[in-house]
Amino acid sequence: MKHLLGIDQLSRDEIEAILDRAESFAEVGRRDIKKVPTLRGRTVVSVFYESSTRTSSSFELAAKRLSADLVSLKAAGSSVDKGESLKDTVATLSAYDPAAIVLRHPYAGAAQLVAEWAEAAVINAGDGKHEHPSQALLDLFTLRRRLDSLEGKRIWIVGDVLHSRVARSNLVAFQAMGAEVTVCGPPALIPRGIEQLGCQVSYSLERLGEADVVYALRLQKERMAESFVPSIREYAAHFQIDTRRLGPRQLLMHPGPVNRGVELSGEAIDSPQSLIAEQVASGLVVRMAILYELLAAGGERPAPVAGDQVQGPTPIGQPA
Amino acid sequence: MTIAEALDMRSGEGADLVLREAAVLDPVAGIEGTHDVVIRAGRIAELAPPGAAASDGLEEVDASGLHAFPAFFDPHVHLRTPGQEHKEDLETGSRAAAAGGYCGILAMANTEPSVSTPADIEALREAAREAASVPVGFLATVTRGMEGEELTEMGAIREAGALGFSDDGLPIRSARVLRRALQYQRLCGGTIALHEEDPELSGDGVMHEGPVSAALGLAGIPSVSESTMIARDGALAGYEEGRIHIQHLSAAESVEAVRAARAAGVRISCEASPHHLCITDEEVRSLDARRFKMNPPLRSEADRQALIEGLRDGTIECIATDHAPHAPEEKEVPFEQAAMGVIGLETAFAAIHTELVLPGVLGLDLVVERMAGGAAPFDLERPTLAPGSEANVVLCDLAAEWTVGEEGYESRSENSWCAGRSLTGRVLMTVAGGQVAYRLRSFTLGVAT
Repeated sequence: MKHLLGIDQLSRDEIEAILDRAESFAEVGRRDIKKVPTLRGRTVVSVFYESSTRTSSSFELAAKRLSADLVSLKAAGSSVDKGESLKDTVATLSAYDPAAIVLRHPYAGAAQLVAEWAEAAVINAGDGKHEHPSQALLDLFTLRRRLDSLEGKRIWIVGDVLHSRVARSNLVAFQAMGAEVTVCGPPALIPRGIEQLGCQVSYSLERLGEADVVYALRLQKERMAESFVPSIREYAAHFQIDTRRLGPRQLLMHPGPVNRGVELSGEAIDSPQSLIAEQVASGLVVRMAILYELLAAGGERPAPVAGDQVQGPTPIGQPA
Repeated sequence: MTIAEALDMRSGEGADLVLREAAVLDPVAGIEGTHDVVIRAGRIAELAPPGAAASDGLEEVDASGLHAFPAFFDPHVHLRTPGQEHKEDLETGSRAAAAGGYCGILAMANTEPSVSTPADIEALREAAREAASVPVGFLATVTRGMEGEELTEMGAIREAGALGFSDDGLPIRSARVLRRALQYQRLCGGTIALHEEDPELSGDGVMHEGPVSAALGLAGIPSVSESTMIARDGALAGYEEGRIHIQHLSAAESVEAVRAARAAGVRISCEASPHHLCITDEEVRSLDARRFKMNPPLRSEADRQALIEGLRDGTIECIATDHAPHAPEEKEVPFEQAAMGVIGLETAFAAIHTELVLPGVLGLDLVVERMAGGAAPFDLERPTLAPGSEANVVLCDLAAEWTVGEEGYESRSENSWCAGRSLTGRVLMTVAGGQVAYRLRSFTLGVAT
């Protein structure tokens, strides 16, 4: 695996290798010294053309935990603001000889282009409405810790599927792990033809009870202005996940940030079934695992974690 | 009017050639068989029995095993002049046309500034007489500056020599404005060529709306964005007894809309492009904007099949490339940001021959007929090999294999939808408007006598 551009380019084995690796980093995270020397002397460049809190901060912390040198570029205030093309920006950053480029971009395929232009491993941290593979991997990691396997599990993705890169990556990822996926939302926010990706489509929450996992998506308020939904109230009446709709054995997920009282009720967010906080925690170890797999693994599979006998990376301060 | 009379090209000597033992095919004139094609002073002098033509003073071309067709006519190209000469100009664009076997092309008016006045037309015609390798005709915009509001001075523009009108690149959003143009057409003539798209339905779409756009997370342009406008404009043209030409049909619903309009007696013609006939939106999965982003977008396999059927049954009377050059920096950006359009003049025949004729989907005679079908909708005589006519001839080697782009392009731009493809069938020589417009370099060396 040279780059992480999209979930649909990963085999199930590759996905599981990243999740196994993340498990070993979770163990490291429980130690006092959380830093490992794996990427010492190597440079990770993080380029965010869109604002992001959790993705950028967790990638940056992941790089630091692996001892990489980090260059962090936000579009605002950089040469991008001055009209530099993506290709020229990549050429400039390549002068630092980065081992990896983490890219968030508002348009589909940007990471793929950068992968063509740069020598570095490229990690897609979200490209337009296309893919967000690290989110899908951290969601799989979170679920794997609760459910032994996704084989045969029913997962409902609810909300604005049309504008969601998370929905697209997770749909593919959940199916790759054997789950049956239903996408649900107002008809104008369900892309025409999405059933050809192998999922079911529902325009109501009537059958939500069949779901093992409910994955709610953020509804951006500007969608009303574009007539995708008539009003927030109308949306919430039909599609809000609340504790009345969410059964006690169902798990609830959301990629964040949540619009409290729109796609999720406050009670649902704070309910015991909610995995939202765990998703954030998983983000760090999964992104460490992604960097490790791309830059350090050299193709070998990590040994399964058993108790303290971790075959994971050596903590810093110990002989490597 | 013949092509050379109505269109403009660089003046030069009339061709004096004999294409010895060529397989000649001109389905419209009912010519099929092996002949010596004798061209004297730029006219088809004679179709002699093979080996029988005298070669007095004529250049001999050994055409045995090669095919001679009436040269092609493209009613829809973008030559980008004035204003965007970094993409293309009259010289490079007409050279690309010559290399593709064309004896005439019609340039669209969406330049910078747009071609909207009689003086614009006169200046372009003058420039074509200096620089064009093949006859070039010019359309002017329907509305001033393509703003969709006020009509151009259509009468004076016609007198200056515009072959028709089009706001191509943009639809005419207002039905009232198109109706006024159709009313004015009674006075000045000139076919109105229409880019059909409802901006309300296309929105910020960048590809065909369907399973592929759903998978890629790209905003879709639904088929009905095109077909509903064709239905509207067909009705308007029928009501005003106007003459319209629908550009670049892409969707099955659009073929139906043209059929319905024609059945209702509307004077309507239409075109389809090689890329819409040969490939589908599946290609967009590569997110390669250079080759696969254009408007109208590549559509589904069902749409492609409907276009082929429309071409076969005559609903679609011509193949037009919508040759749309763009500079690398306008294409080497993420898909949604990239410019719309691909070049096609140099590959149109070879692509259709490879993808549709060789697999047996369309007959060679039908393709040869439709490749020159774009002249009639603009009241031009179609190119023919009948003795006595102006020489507009393309000589092809239908067995030659070549890889597109390997030897570069005659066009200034490289955004070919065929880039890297291996095609079978190659233009070796083009005679356009009575003059030798193109010879493939290696071919020239091979037969020089």
